[in-house]
Amino acid sequence: MAIQTKMATGTSSSSASTLADMTSGGGMAAPAARTHDGPLAIEARNMNIYYGNFHAVRDINLQVEPRKITALIGPSGCGKSTVLRAFNRMNDLVASARVEGEVLFNGRNIYAPEVDAVEVRRRIGMVFQKPNPFPKSIYDNVAWGAKVNGFKGDMDGLVEQALRNAALWDEVKDKLKQSGYSLSGGQQQRLCIARAIAIKPEIILMDEPCSALDPIATLAIEDLMKELVEKYTIMIVTHNMQQAARVSDYTAFFMVDPKRTGHLVEYGPTRQLFTNPKEKRTEDYITGRFG
Amino acid sequence: MQRCHGREIVAGIMFEQSKPALGSEIVAEASMAYTGTAIGASELAATGGDGSDDLKRHFRLGESLIHSVLVACGVLSMLTTLGIVIVLGIESWRFFRVPEVTLWEFVTNTVWQPRINEFGMLPLLSATLMTSFIAMLVALPLGLMAAIYMSEYATPRTRGVLKPVLELLAGIPTVVYGYFALTFMTPLLRTILGKDIVEIYNTASAGIVIGILIIPLVASMSEDALRAVPSGLREAAYGLGGTKFETAIQVVLPAALSGVTAAFIVAVARAVGETMVVALAAGAGPNLTANPFVGAETITGHIARISGGDLSYDSIDYQSIFALAFVLFLMTLSLNIFSRWLMRRFRQEYQ
Ligand SMILES: Nc1ncnc2c1ncn2[C@@H]1O[C@H](COP(=O)(O)OP(=O)(O)OP(=O)(O)O)[C@@H](O)[C@H]1O
Ligand SMILES: [Mg+2]
Repeated sequence: MAIQTKMATGTSSSSASTLADMTSGGGMAAPAARTHDGPLAIEARNMNIYYGNFHAVRDINLQVEPRKITALIGPSGCGKSTVLRAFNRMNDLVASARVEGEVLFNGRNIYAPEVDAVEVRRRIGMVFQKPNPFPKSIYDNVAWGAKVNGFKGDMDGLVEQALRNAALWDEVKDKLKQSGYSLSGGQQQRLCIARAIAIKPEIILMDEPCSALDPIATLAIEDLMKELVEKYTIMIVTHNMQQAARVSDYTAFFMVDPKRTGHLVEYGPTRQLFTNPKEKRTEDYITGRFG
Repeated sequence: MQRCHGREIVAGIMFEQSKPALGSEIVAEASMAYTGTAIGASELAATGGDGSDDLKRHFRLGESLIHSVLVACGVLSMLTTLGIVIVLGIESWRFFRVPEVTLWEFVTNTVWQPRINEFGMLPLLSATLMTSFIAMLVALPLGLMAAIYMSEYATPRTRGVLKPVLELLAGIPTVVYGYFALTFMTPLLRTILGKDIVEIYNTASAGIVIGILIIPLVASMSEDALRAVPSGLREAAYGLGGTKFETAIQVVLPAALSGVTAAFIVAVARAVGETMVVALAAGAGPNLTANPFVGAETITGHIARISGGDLSYDSIDYQSIFALAFVLFLMTLSLNIFSRWLMRRFRQEYQ
């Protein structure tokens, strides 16, 4: 708790100005436009990520607000997934990947040597682009994460709650013992979201969660995100501008420089970014005049 | 035009329908079946297109030549197998036609002594089951752990060294393993458990060494199955806070279960058919016993010993080994059928 307070004061100096006062971000990647002084959910500071010798993203400074949806947008290959995966150390699984800089979560750098990546991922869950249920029953899919996290309470209740939160309960309550693969793609993705909710993370990272889904399933997931955001912080990568505009509170726009290194061009409240972007490049991209 | 269209659709549907059945076949046969249906479908589609000249089918010499060669290869391997089965069947049938032996006696009699016309296969069968069982006790855990290590833990470089070494192990002639059983494993067992308990020839030593011999097979096939599991599943498990071990054992292994099971069953078939090790180390006399530390002759060991001696072609001894070979054949066949049934079940469950 003490750490959080300290962090809040630490960040307050850099974000004392209100949105109305904000002028252009200057030469650096634009810092977050904070409208209040509360603690952040998670924050990247001077983050650089490499795959071997390839500098994939540079100088990322991103302050993520708690219990808000933050969308990451930008052209393909600009490093959105790379940045998102850096927030729960999924890049550790890629042998060639190297992350420099800091990611502050509850006042601690999750890349500090003494921090356990497994513990980080238990607090910062992830939903992937392709639905990837385990080859287990629907019930066990949801229960698995809680089980490995040492959950000892009422598992049936937890599974039901997670499935309800993921708006899937009514469709599966009579076939919890059936394989997760017996569900449709959209249902599978909601199962994966239920699975992520069941471990009660503080932050949920979603990498293009709707790209494999039809418009109706997409809307169902979007509605779901709007409900979830009352309890969780959500970060979502999406290629769908409308989706970013519809669901997110904040949007971060990434692009690549001539060396194919991704960087943050503009970050701010979604409304402002879509209606009144500060950067010409942002405007070009969101209006489809990108080239 | 409409008719042609309709035919193409028919062909398309046939092709679609043949796909699920494909999934449950073993690779070699699957590819044969695949060629079969593909040809069937294209022929159907082609006959529908007769109406206009520019769509007419060309005769391609190279294509049809390769086609016939491939078909010939497939047919040849099938005929070979069929030939072996027929010979086994005929000779076994001759064996059972002899008044001294009946099928009932063959299956239930507990004594195998051709000299006094006792043809009960149980002692041989039990020794085969014993060595195979001991072999699997050794090979399953070790092979599977090696596979899990290679696919989930080892760095690409370690794996790059380990896998060829393991496969080298599989290239050692089995007679060397047999000698190893006799001159190393047996003395070792005798030192540990006592000379009065462990005989010079015993099924335990042979079984353990067969187990060592099939570790590479189990490890290599299981590793292939584990590595074929989509990385998305691993990421999902790690993303939920799973440790490496939890992910490997609870997520990756179940997902690879059909492949791993297939590996086990192929290994069992290999253990049942292994000859050299048992011929050298397990003992040279049929013996119905549950004690793994005394000598007992397996089916393969017996066939090797008998066919090595000078038997006349019409003797009852000679025919008896065909009957035994037929039993071996039935065992491996049922193992294969069992493995396919398992694979199909897991596929249905998980896909
Ligand atoms: N495992 C990897 N090894 C090496 N390079 C990688 C790896 N993953 C991504 N990259 C490279 O890093 C850069 C950023 O990739 P990333 O997947 O983060 O892009 P993205 O913005 O998510 O793209 P998309 O919208 O297509 O998903 C790309 O140039 C890509 O080629
Ligand atoms: Mg991506």
